[in-house]
Amino acid sequence: MSDVAYRVTGPAAPRDDLGRFWHLTLTLARTDWKVRFFGSALGYLWSLLRPLMLFGILYFVFSEVVGAGEGVQHYPIVLLAGMILYFFFGEVTGAAATSLVDREALVRKVGFPRMVVPLAVTVVGTFNLLLNLVVLAVFLALNGVPVRWTWLLVPLPLVLMGVLATGVGMLLAALYVRFRDIRPIWEVVLQALFYATPILYPIQLVQEKSEALTHVLMASPLAALIQWLRRLLLGDATPSAADAIGGTAWLVVPAAILVVLTVLGFTVFSRMAPQAAEEL
Amino acid sequence: MQPPDEVAVSVEGVSKTFRLPQEQVHTLKERVVHPLRRRSFERLEALRDVSFSVGRGEFFGIVGRNGSGKSTLMKCLAGIYRANAGELWLRGRMAPFIELGVGFNPDLTAHDNVLLNAVMLGLTPQQAAERYDAILDFAELHEFQDLKLKNYSSGMQVRLAFAVMVHVDADLLLIDEVLAVGDAAFQQKCYDVLHQAKRDGRTILLVTHDMDQVQRFCDRAMLLERGRLVDIGDPREVSRRYIELNFAPRGASGEPLALADARPGDGLAEVGDSWAQDGDGLRTETLEQGRPCALVMRVRFLSDTVDPVFAVALTDMDGRVVFAASTEWEEGSAGAFSAGESVDVAVSFDNWFAPGRYEVAGRVLHRGSGRRVMAEQAGGTSFVVTGSRAGGGVIDVPHAFYLTRAGATARLLT
Repeated sequence: MSDVAYRVTGPAAPRDDLGRFWHLTLTLARTDWKVRFFGSALGYLWSLLRPLMLFGILYFVFSEVVGAGEGVQHYPIVLLAGMILYFFFGEVTGAAATSLVDREALVRKVGFPRMVVPLAVTVVGTFNLLLNLVVLAVFLALNGVPVRWTWLLVPLPLVLMGVLATGVGMLLAALYVRFRDIRPIWEVVLQALFYATPILYPIQLVQEKSEALTHVLMASPLAALIQWLRRLLLGDATPSAADAIGGTAWLVVPAAILVVLTVLGFTVFSRMAPQAAEEL
Repeated sequence: MQPPDEVAVSVEGVSKTFRLPQEQVHTLKERVVHPLRRRSFERLEALRDVSFSVGRGEFFGIVGRNGSGKSTLMKCLAGIYRANAGELWLRGRMAPFIELGVGFNPDLTAHDNVLLNAVMLGLTPQQAAERYDAILDFAELHEFQDLKLKNYSSGMQVRLAFAVMVHVDADLLLIDEVLAVGDAAFQQKCYDVLHQAKRDGRTILLVTHDMDQVQRFCDRAMLLERGRLVDIGDPREVSRRYIELNFAPRGASGEPLALADARPGDGLAEVGDSWAQDGDGLRTETLEQGRPCALVMRVRFLSDTVDPVFAVALTDMDGRVVFAASTEWEEGSAGAFSAGESVDVAVSFDNWFAPGRYEVAGRVLHRGSGRRVMAEQAGGTSFVVTGSRAGGGVIDVPHAFYLTRAGATARLLT
């Protein structure tokens, strides 16, 4: 028996060492992953197939029918890079929003650091993201995109996107315990974000139409991170986020939004987590 | 403040209040449509300034009626709820068993649930995998290990949950009413485990409604009522208080009163009142088992009567008559009574009834073959027998056990 008495102050108490925190997150993520593919014949393959099929549809419609990719170098890569990051954001925030409620049985019966629940969602999302990056690598090779040293920096926008998605997810999760309308609202917001972010249409198209609109669109951290990823992958073939927003200094805006949303999410979640079991 | 070394659980002035919204505002629309309407709350004080401590290796019982705060206390200790005031200290690793489970996911197999919950309760994933077989063995569910939990019966789920809990090496077990479910064989297994845990020096907090368990297992017990600590100490004494509390009079309005009209009988007398007395002749509503006591009825005669018969019957809560006595077979006349005269009729005996609530029925009859009823009061007065023994029978007569081995003299078991 350990000889140190510890004070119980509720589920948010960080009395657990980091090792246990990490074990909890990983174990929860693994079971989340299993539950998600419960009853599907192809199982895990779906997390690869689904984005691929969506990509195929969108690529066909926007490249062949609408002609959005005309004159854009490596349009498939531009589209795929944007889609992968956006789907990662949508998947993590959407699943995190309902995560505490979905895990009700556990939350009501075991006292563990509540932050593990949304973090497990991020872990699952990250795993899917890595699978999708394999697909992206295949397409890079197929399109004959030259290898460049900036590929080494690709993890940077991915990590930042992970941080943002986790922060927003925690904010939504905390609110969803009390307000169940968060889910339909967030679904609509995600839809809107999909079109408000230069994913289907390359940012060059917007730049040709209106410089001011481009600056506004690029204020979204989603747009900035996606454009950063494209630039790292394709180099000069695509404009940098700084160019698009109208100068490096302006990047402060999406950066500030990212920081504020993330800090807000962590703060709100930490304050609300101890009451989660009572309000579920 | 750090509790002393020998203390495993220390609870100091803990209060927990729930704010129950009177109108559950669950959608934003309701807030938008009624932005000025303040959410009104009803405050439910689930725990009020509760303080106690449990020593290392102690088996500690927590009893109380439904809604007395037992489960809230357990959840505060388990770190599920945050107390509003006070301090809770634990020593050693704690494993909770709250609301009959450890939080299983119905869409996962037993295998995945066991691993997840073992990690939740403090094992590393590797330890959890190593102990998986032992856990399934204990729960006797090996053949169902690939079945999703939603296909399990509730008894099977509880077995699995209990098995996980006892295999995570916790120094401190918080158990909220587990032994009530499961079949007899598994219950026995639970008892064995708890005994073993106690021998191993683990500390156990057990919430239960079964006073038999409290007296068999617990070193000490505590009684909660409406969030307050009412009694703490000897399990027998606490059980006795619990039974008293449970069968406390239901108040002026709740108690069924004798019907004023339509009383059986020819109306030549009336039974005005009846009650129980303790050995000192004081009127009481609780009688301790094994002590002398008396049942008394006050009869008023409405006409001149010679040699009536008085009868008293006791009915338990299942409606069984457990005791009936009548003056019919007593030698000697009861005497003559004139109209308007009152008499108290008492029957005294040693109280060997099982703990529980009893109702008194009093009757006055004409002597003779007809047994015509003059007056009757039934379902009027009740009292509670308190005691720490519950043998299971309706009455508990004084008894002794003798053991006789072949060729030896009988030995009295004391």
